[in-house]
Amino acid sequence: MIIKQLSVFLENRSGTLQEVLKILKKENINILALSLADTSEFGLLRLIVEDPLPAKEAIKAAGYTSSVNEVISIELKNEAGYLSSLIGKISESGDNIEYMYAAPYFDGKVSMIIKTDNVRKDNNIIES
Amino acid sequence: MIWNETKECMSRDEIAHLQGKRLHAQISKVYHNVEFYRKKMQALGLEPSDIQTIDDVVKLPFTTYADLRENYPYGLLAVPKEEIVRVHASSGTTGKPKLLCYTRKDIDIWSECVSRAMTMAGLTRNDVLQVGYGYGLFTGGLGAHYGAENLGAMVIPMSTGNTQKLIDMMIDCEVTAIACTPSYLLHVAEALESKGLVDKVKLKVAICGAEPWTEEMRKQIEARLNIKAFDIYGLTEIIGPGVACDCEAKKGLHIYEDHFYPEIIDPDSLEQLPAGKLGELCITTLTKEGMPLIRYRTRDLTSLEYDKCECGRTIARIQRFRGRSDDMLVIRGVNVFPSQIETALLTVSGTTPNYFITVDRVNNSDTFDVAIEVDEKFFSDEIRHLEKLRSKVENAIHQTVGLKAKVKLVEPNALPHSDGKTKHVEDRRKLTD
Repeated sequence: MIIKQLSVFLENRSGTLQEVLKILKKENINILALSLADTSEFGLLRLIVEDPLPAKEAIKAAGYTSSVNEVISIELKNEAGYLSSLIGKISESGDNIEYMYAAPYFDGKVSMIIKTDNVRKDNNIIES
Repeated sequence: MIWNETKECMSRDEIAHLQGKRLHAQISKVYHNVEFYRKKMQALGLEPSDIQTIDDVVKLPFTTYADLRENYPYGLLAVPKEEIVRVHASSGTTGKPKLLCYTRKDIDIWSECVSRAMTMAGLTRNDVLQVGYGYGLFTGGLGAHYGAENLGAMVIPMSTGNTQKLIDMMIDCEVTAIACTPSYLLHVAEALESKGLVDKVKLKVAICGAEPWTEEMRKQIEARLNIKAFDIYGLTEIIGPGVACDCEAKKGLHIYEDHFYPEIIDPDSLEQLPAGKLGELCITTLTKEGMPLIRYRTRDLTSLEYDKCECGRTIARIQRFRGRSDDMLVIRGVNVFPSQIETALLTVSGTTPNYFITVDRVNNSDTFDVAIEVDEKFFSDEIRHLEKLRSKVENAIHQTVGLKAKVKLVEPNALPHSDGKTKHVEDRRKLTD
């Protein structure tokens, strides 16, 4: 399934994550999944929320840079080898996985959020 | 020791007389050969015959680096192009560099001046000199090289970038003198100390320049390497290093007045100021053939003293530099105008023109950090893309400025927005004491 993800640019300094979380709290926006990637220079917060557009507006109004983009969400089965066979389909297509992270409470089930270099095509491959 | 006693120890009257004669000849030449100067003089109703003595210099119009840029590449040539044997260039505020053209005689004058400076620092034909300035469009390397050869010293053209090799050759070849930037020399001192090699070197003199430095740095260099360090001044526009240098008395930098006429002006009123007054240094090249400069505004703030020096020289002395009358920074010996960063950013799509430069000196080496903002056009959910854009910006700055910057991505609200008056620079180095 294709879903929307909200990404926020964070400087590497104390308190930035808290500031963004406070904005979401104030807007009563619930976080369904989250990943925080960091480099030596900056951090990148990726969020799955119910409605990313109002969240983006609130974050932008506070002076943060963010973007909304599509990612693949796959519901996982609790069995050995399941993820391997899913990822195997993407590998066979020749596409790269840019990043992935788990969404433990997404839609009441455990899911994996995946970004590939061709999200729509790879979503079709997985769902087929 | 004095390389050219006739020219360096004349009476003040003799100096003024020689300067007047040379200025008249120079003005006649540029009036007839350079349309730029002719038009400027005509606009003021001036003819070469109005310039007879050196005091007449105040009638003449100023020349600025903008003039050099606008007349790039050959607009200010005063001789046919086939007389030019070499060019050097220095970076300008925007894209195009400033190109400076030398005739054979210009190279000789330059070498003569560098020989005078090296003699002032106590060097002779018996010395072995390592040149640790870059060789290329920058005047440092070739300027020091030709001057030292003219002196008869043995030159080791090290250029920049390989400290280990420099140290090895310094010991193996029994190097007695080095020409490089003062911050680089401190870096070399550190490397020698860490290897316990300070006692193995035979170095006795350093001729340092190309960047501002303090008396404190000089003391450190002298104490740590057990040598004498001299300050050499110059700028590509005038000729390169060797316009002036200090002597053992350390009472200022002797400027070779028979070739370069110095004056101090008020940068606002543009009035000439008397001896001892702080203002902007202007230089007129009295003998240069290829691209003579008339009342060139160096933007360096200093004052001049004219009394006879303990060393016996009578030529004027440039006092300690007090900064700049423009926003140019000298970082690792490279001239950087903050607006060049904006120029570089314009070449990378996705960036905004906002930036903030932080310059510092850490372990005797200049740091050059540029913060740019990540706005929505620039932003991506993939780190790879952000890193790629960052390195694109680093490359663009390197291309434009000729110096590697460390680019840092910041949130948009973290930077002052450009409205023409915004502060774009923080220089944390203490370069004037």
